[in-house]
Formats: sequence, C-alpha cells, structure tokens
Amino acid sequence: MKPAPFEYVKPSSVDDALTVLTEGADDTQPIAGGQSLTATLNMRLSAPVRLVDLNGLEELRGITDAGGVVRIGALTRYRDLEQSDLVADHLPLIKKTLPLIAHPAIRNRGTLGGSIAFADPAAEMPACVTALNGAIEITGLNGVRKVAAGDFFKGLYETDLQSGELITAIELPKAAPGSRFAIQEFARRHGDYAMAGLVAAAQVDGATVSDIALVFFAMGGTPVAASSAAAKIAGKAIDADAIASAQAALDDDLDPFDDTQCSAAMKKHLARVLTDRVLTELAGG
Amino acid sequence: MTETARLPEVEVSLTVNGERVTRRIEPRMTLVDFLRLELELTGSHVGCEHGVCGACTVRVDDEIVRGCLMFAVQADGTNVVTIEGLADGGSEDDLLEAFRERNAVQCGFCTPGMVMTASDLLARYPSASRDEIREFLSGNYCRCTGYQAIVDAIEKVSQSRAGGGR
Ligand SMILES: Cc1cc2nc3c(=O)[nH]c(=O)nc-3n(C[C@H](O)[C@H](O)[C@H](O)COP(=O)(O)OP(=O)(O)OC[C@H]3O[C@@H](n4cnc5c(N)ncnc54)[C@H](O)[C@@H]3O)c2cc1C
Ligand code: FES
Ligand code: FES
Repeated sequence: MKPAPFEYVKPSSVDDALTVLTEGADDTQPIAGGQSLTATLNMRLSAPVRLVDLNGLEELRGITDAGGVVRIGALTRYRDLEQSDLVADHLPLIKKTLPLIAHPAIRNRGTLGGSIAFADPAAEMPACVTALNGAIEITGLNGVRKVAAGDFFKGLYETDLQSGELITAIELPKAAPGSRFAIQEFARRHGDYAMAGLVAAAQVDGATVSDIALVFFAMGGTPVAASSAAAKIAGKAIDADAIASAQAALDDDLDPFDDTQCSAAMKKHLARVLTDRVLTELAGG
Repeated sequence: MTETARLPEVEVSLTVNGERVTRRIEPRMTLVDFLRLELELTGSHVGCEHGVCGACTVRVDDEIVRGCLMFAVQADGTNVVTIEGLADGGSEDDLLEAFRERNAVQCGFCTPGMVMTASDLLARYPSASRDEIREFLSGNYCRCTGYQAIVDAIEKVSQSRAGGGR
C-alpha cells in the first residue's frame, strides 16, 4: 500500500520543530529514522496530516562523554553507535546488543531516540536502557525534563512523552569496574523482533553478584523488570541452585500475553531458558 | 473526517547513478517508487513495502538503505546508486558474474537487493566468513530460497578479491 498524503516540513532547529509539533498537536508527527514509522504509514496504520522530519537537527546527533554518563543524541543512528569508541569503551551492553537489532540497511537509518519513543515491547533498546537505569531527556516548548527509564515506559506503545514534546537525548551510566552484562533473545530470523528476550546487568565481586537487574523484552507491554528472580541471585554466586531458584521466581514477575509471534505459554517457557542462558553468560564474565 | 485536499508537490533534486535529477513530487512518494516511476529505473524492486524483504535496497550517500522506508523528499541533495548504476559502474562485474555462474539468480526478484547488500558487505567486511555473510544478508528474502548459492557466490568473490584474482 501507499501512504495517505501528508505535508512535509524539515525544520533546522529544535525550537522550530517543537513549535510545529505543538501547533499541529495530534495531526503532526515527527519522523526520525523512519524505520518503524514509514512502514506504518505505508500500511496506513497511521495517517498524520503533517510529518516533521527531524533529520535536519544536527544538535540531536552525536555521542558525548558527560562524566559518569554517556550522552547520546536522540537522532544518533544504530550505525553511529556501532562505530563509536565511547560506546565500545563504556557501554558494553549496548555494543553487544546492536547486532541483534534488525539488519544493516535498517541500522543505517534507525535511531536510538526513535526506538525509545516508539517503545515496541519486543525492541531491545528500551530493555537495555531500563536495565542500565538510563535517563530520557525530553524537551518541549516549556523546557527540558529528565525521566528515569523505569518511569518512561507506561504501557503497550505508551510512554511518558506528551504531544508536542521530543526526546532530545538518552543518558546512560558508564559501566563501573566489575560490572557485567548479558543479553539473549529468541527471534525467528536473525535481526527480527524477538519472540522473547532478556537483558542482565550486575556487579560481580569475586563470584558474588550484587546490584543485579534482569529486564525482559517481548514479555509484556513494556520492558519487564524481573525483581523477584533478581532477588534470588543477589548476594550469591551463580550456580545451578541459584539459577533454579531464579527460574522458580519468574511466575511472580511475568504475565506475558500472546502476540503474533508467540503464545504466552511459549513466552513463559522461553523466559526460563533465557534466565539460564543469561545468568550463565554473566557468570562466565 | 474530511477528505485531505491534494497537497502541494515539493521539488527534489538529487544525484542518481551519477546524473543530477530534479522532479516535483508528492512528499508521500517513497524513494523506491520515485526511482521506478519517475526515473523508470525498475531494477530496484518493491516487495513488502515495510522493510522486511530487502528487494528495494539502494545506496544513499554510500550506505545501503531500504528504498521503501525513506521518502524521496528525504533524499533531496543525496547521492543515490541503484542496481543499474552498480552494474554499469563495472566495479562489481565479478560479483554479478559469480551470481550468474553459481546460479544464484532464479526468478531474479530478490537479486538487485541481494547484489546491493552483497556489494556493501564486501566493501565493509572483505574477509567475512560464511556465517557473517548469512548474518549480513539476513534482511534479504529470496522466495526461490536460493540462499546457499547466493552465499557461495559472495564467498567466492570475497576469496578471489583477497587473492588479487579479480
Ligand atoms: C524489518 C525490520 C526489522 C526490525 N527489527 C528490529 C529489532 O529486531 N529490534 C528493534 O528494536 N527494532 C527493530 N526494528 C525497528 C527499528 O529499530 C526502528 O529503527 C526503531 O524502532 C525506530 O527508530 P526510527 O529512528 O526509525 O524511528 P521512526 O520510525 O522515525 O519513528 C518511530 C516513532 O517514534 C517517534 N519519534 C522518533 N524520534 C522521536 C524523537 N526524537 N522524539 C519523539 N518522538 C520520536 C515517531 O514519531 C514515531 O512515532 C526493525 C525494523 C524493520 C523495518
Ligand atoms: S519492499 Fe522494501 S523491504 Fe520489502
Ligand atoms: S531468485 Fe527468486 S526470489 Fe530470489
């Protein structure tokens, strides 16, 4: 199918973009990489009157060292993240995750801000940003606010972003010494959206685990923090018993629903397998 | 709901296969439709129109993209290379020949996208393993399912280029 007609504007400053978005309200939609939005326009799942192309906003591009955090402009593409030394040095989880997202031609255009704004429940980046305790910087005509990732994802494709606002940056804490990260997923084809996936971030001191976050994706409407399972591991070494007790706790944490790729029962099964694999990966360094 | 009035066309100006082109188009026209309908470059194919099949793959400013997930108006000022430009350029003759020789072309629907993707792979990762070739091509569907032959052809080119045997 072909998209419904729309008007196209390409502002050259964030202020101009916010003005157009605010005036246009719900009829106006920003487009970043277009790797999710263009597909929905082609299928006429959405038909905005006006598209605001963010690609002229150079101020939203780039990856910078901001002390304890790495600041990533919303318009930064997956391709830029793949090539960044700052990401390689300080954000090992992001580095590990990028190859799992779609395919090279899509990573050449898709942006981090777009992925966070779109909030697909099966997407990797929302789960990574949640596991890392990242912050989302949101800008509107009234000013700038920062929202913790854990508070940003509200429901299925629903976020804290209000009409007329843009995500302008994502801030991710640098990996501390002794921190370890793992990600595993099941997808039907390499690069496809996951049927189920799990991200882990932890401090490992000797063999003892602390500060562990386990965040599932494609396991509900938002990234799902499995806090009961994580509590079974905290303060312990990762061994077969610890893994089994974490798996047993998953029922308290997870309540997935069927999607087009996978039934809820299958997701719960995959969650156990992922827990084993991710914890084993963490234990292995 | 009121019917949307016909919206004004916009002018786009870009370089396609080395030639400067300017057209007035509707903003909703995708890049691949622009190439096929406005410029009659029908080598880039349209399969799924939602980014899944890879048949529409073209190069924009030296990077491969989905022609169905970019609007032509967004390509204003860029340098686009399609399968026609790639084939005429001569630099990928060995790749085209390897596809032919290994019978990696069956119905040919996926071939332009496969070749655009393979050419990018060979430039970025000249010594890719078979697994890496498969991973890089994972976004391109071949409904005739000739994947084995396609991977063979690309592997052969990678080896012969490395050996200086072009
Ligand atoms: C075949 C295929 C496979 C894919 N597989 C995966 C996968 O495995 N994992 C995965 O995570 N993703 C996958 N994707 C999606 C891809 O990651 C998208 O790039 C991403 O979801 C959206 O980023 P974008 O920059 O393209 O956003 P766009 O498509 O431009 O926008 C998406 C939405 O976010 C809004 N938006 C964009 N930027 C901002 C901003 N700065 N502020 C406010 N709102 C904004 C837009 O209005 C729109 O509603 C796949 C896509 C395709 C086509
Ligand atoms: S037509 Fe563009 S990916 Fe299928
Ligand atoms: S050769 Fe027919 S689709 Fe690939």
